[in-house]
Amino acid sequence: MATTIHPPAGSATRNLSRPTSGSGNGGWRNLVPESGNRRAVQEYAPPPSSTAVWVFVAAVCMTFAALTSALVVRKGGAVEWRHFTLPSILYLNTAILLASSVTLEISRRRIASFMGGLNAAAASPARWLYATLALGFLFLAGQYLAWRELSAQGLFLATNPSSSFFYVFTAMHALHLSGGLYAMIRVIRKLNHHTLRRVTMDATAHYWHFMDVLWIYLLVLLWAKL
Amino acid sequence: MHDMSAQAHAAHAPTGFIRKHIFSLDHKVIGKQYYGLAFLAAIVGMFLSWIMRLHLGWTSLAIPGLHFLSKTGAPGDVMTPEYYLQLMTMHGTIMVFFVLTTAPFAAFGNFFLPIQVGAEDMPFPHFNMMSFWVTFVSFGVMVASFFVPDGPTLAGWTQYAPLSAVGSAAGPGQGLGEVLWASSIAIFCVGQLLGSLNFITTTLDMRTKGMSLWRMPLTSWAWFITSIMGLTAFAVLMPACILLVLDHVAGTSFFVPSNLVINDQLQPHSGGSTLLWQHLFWFFGHPEVYIAIVPAMGIVSHILLATIRRPLLSHRVLVYSMSGIAVLSYMVYGHHMFVSGMNPVSSIAFSFPTLIITIPATIIVLIWLGSLYGSRMRLNTACLFSLGMISMFITGGVSGFFLAQPSLDIMLHATYFVVGHFHFVMAVSAMFGIFAGTYFWFPKMFGRMMNETLGKIHFVLSFIGAYCIFMPFHYLGLASNVRRYQAFTDDYLQPLIPVHRFITVAAIATGAVQLIFLYNFIHSYFWGKPAPDNPWQATSLEWSTTSPPPFDNFGGKLPVVYHDPYQYGIEGSTEDYVMQTDPRQIQTQGDEA
Repeated sequence: MATTIHPPAGSATRNLSRPTSGSGNGGWRNLVPESGNRRAVQEYAPPPSSTAVWVFVAAVCMTFAALTSALVVRKGGAVEWRHFTLPSILYLNTAILLASSVTLEISRRRIASFMGGLNAAAASPARWLYATLALGFLFLAGQYLAWRELSAQGLFLATNPSSSFFYVFTAMHALHLSGGLYAMIRVIRKLNHHTLRRVTMDATAHYWHFMDVLWIYLLVLLWAKL
Repeated sequence: MHDMSAQAHAAHAPTGFIRKHIFSLDHKVIGKQYYGLAFLAAIVGMFLSWIMRLHLGWTSLAIPGLHFLSKTGAPGDVMTPEYYLQLMTMHGTIMVFFVLTTAPFAAFGNFFLPIQVGAEDMPFPHFNMMSFWVTFVSFGVMVASFFVPDGPTLAGWTQYAPLSAVGSAAGPGQGLGEVLWASSIAIFCVGQLLGSLNFITTTLDMRTKGMSLWRMPLTSWAWFITSIMGLTAFAVLMPACILLVLDHVAGTSFFVPSNLVINDQLQPHSGGSTLLWQHLFWFFGHPEVYIAIVPAMGIVSHILLATIRRPLLSHRVLVYSMSGIAVLSYMVYGHHMFVSGMNPVSSIAFSFPTLIITIPATIIVLIWLGSLYGSRMRLNTACLFSLGMISMFITGGVSGFFLAQPSLDIMLHATYFVVGHFHFVMAVSAMFGIFAGTYFWFPKMFGRMMNETLGKIHFVLSFIGAYCIFMPFHYLGLASNVRRYQAFTDDYLQPLIPVHRFITVAAIATGAVQLIFLYNFIHSYFWGKPAPDNPWQATSLEWSTTSPPPFDNFGGKLPVVYHDPYQYGIEGSTEDYVMQTDPRQIQTQGDEA
């Protein structure tokens, strides 16, 4: 219960209320401000996009976990489950996607040094980003070819639960990957307009690498279960 | 990612009508839009419950004009049994998704979370705008199903497979109406995921100087915890709805078993798992209960503190308890499936955490009651509705103890006992939380005071009415009155019809009482007394800015926080409270904790 209140102290001793140990990014905020100036606050504020990308990744993980559990349950009760070999182009697609992560890392480093002024003379810092983008689209095209290959074998969405899950998983992944491509196009546009912020680049890269990891998980899952 | 520059935000308040009021990026406008949507949905949902109740009380009663809603569903204005189920499904769906999720979480959270943590907006205003408009589209798709041939789905708000997955063979509305339902909910999930993303990042990254996590008001904590639940729960419901849509439109067999004959038609599906839908649905569905009630808990705590004028017994234990509920909510979902044919061992495994989750819920109630004990309250309408919410929550919670036992649940599950239980613990509790929040924050949201006398009348009549409607449900359930029946023709049910008629009268009367609220809301909106900045002498940041707040919330300068959120009952001050932005030094137990 509250007890006493003291008169305002001088500005030098304004840190009167003991900072509590808030976790996360809140701790620094217990510092006494010189003023309530927005700019001063902004200088310290951590970029929300770096948090948001992991929050989004968590949601995507939940979605694919739900689908995985659906696959496990559905397969467990199925008598008519038809095993099929994954289209071999998927392995090529995997290599393409992995390569795109490599080119993205290269471009991230180049852009970081370009933005940091270390390599201001770099001709086109976006070059490797274009390569990543192209590899991303190539991956989507490859996935489409994989679908064509399956349908040529007579395996459609409704043919068998195994093929249903194949299409659902790959389509959901392609949809999420398209979001990554959209983010990359935004990054390139911002880079060309000199409005790119480091956090935007990093968040996009983290998401893209996550798409990579997710795809490898899906490939192993589909390979093992279908 | 739509990063926002704070400076740009402050400098450029939109002036055009569309950017200002329709496709607004301002979290306050989006919060009001959500509130308006919930208001509209609540009216639709309540109207549906009225005509259902009329049909239950007087089965052959012609309800004038009902055939305008559906020619096939209500020929001669008397509803068919199928149409009763369709209305019941839509009542549940609209109330759970578009009222209980949107109002306490999305509406109030959008408006007040950034202000309470001292931010000028959410970090991703475009996502925020999309979140509302996606939800709006979802509502449109849901309502559209009233107007398609055969009308909306009749499978209940839980949409159990296989009835929900086999198409129009299962009854009217199971074709297109069902596809619209599943699509609408999948869209709704997207909206809530975008909203949750914003809520979490706002809480983690947008807090102003001095606003450590423990200095956040309990409402902010509640919205933060709820957004984490929303993020994980809606991310599971969305793929489930997609699979359901595929079973309809693409002929897959995720949820439909082999050799299923419905209405003498062999279904062209094979090997699907009906239980799979229940698992996916309730993995979302149980956290959804807490998505509705945890914000109400936060709102009620926040309001009670301002009316009892002293700290709660424990701020931290309340937060821990709300978090504990959130974590446990994922482990208890199987208690909705005790009669599903699930392995009895699983029933026990789900029953145990269900009993455990009553512990944090009970702790929260005890903190409220212990803090109320001996306090000198300021009995305003917001406070009354908060007390009402506590009453409803306890009443509903107590019947939960019975239902948590598989052996008792098997008997009570398909009866009105369950209907009474969840209407108290989830629906009416959350509604009272919404009303409490409205009376408390109306001055801040719209810059005018609501009429207190009308508010108190509204409370007393609603409180009595809610008990008159839902208390007899328990009696009906114990008398084995099955739920989801459109008429009670069996011998053992006939003596219960007078009870149903009493409930119907009470429901219509209590619904009519809401017109007082509607009148009070509209009248105060236009002609209410202008609100001061801090009409309740409360301490959190929303009361340190103007009513209503300016576009950037604090007029170009972010606040600095010096104190824990609820410094009430401070001696030696001219007032009995110290605001969070007050730079004066105080010594309280709260600071030492």
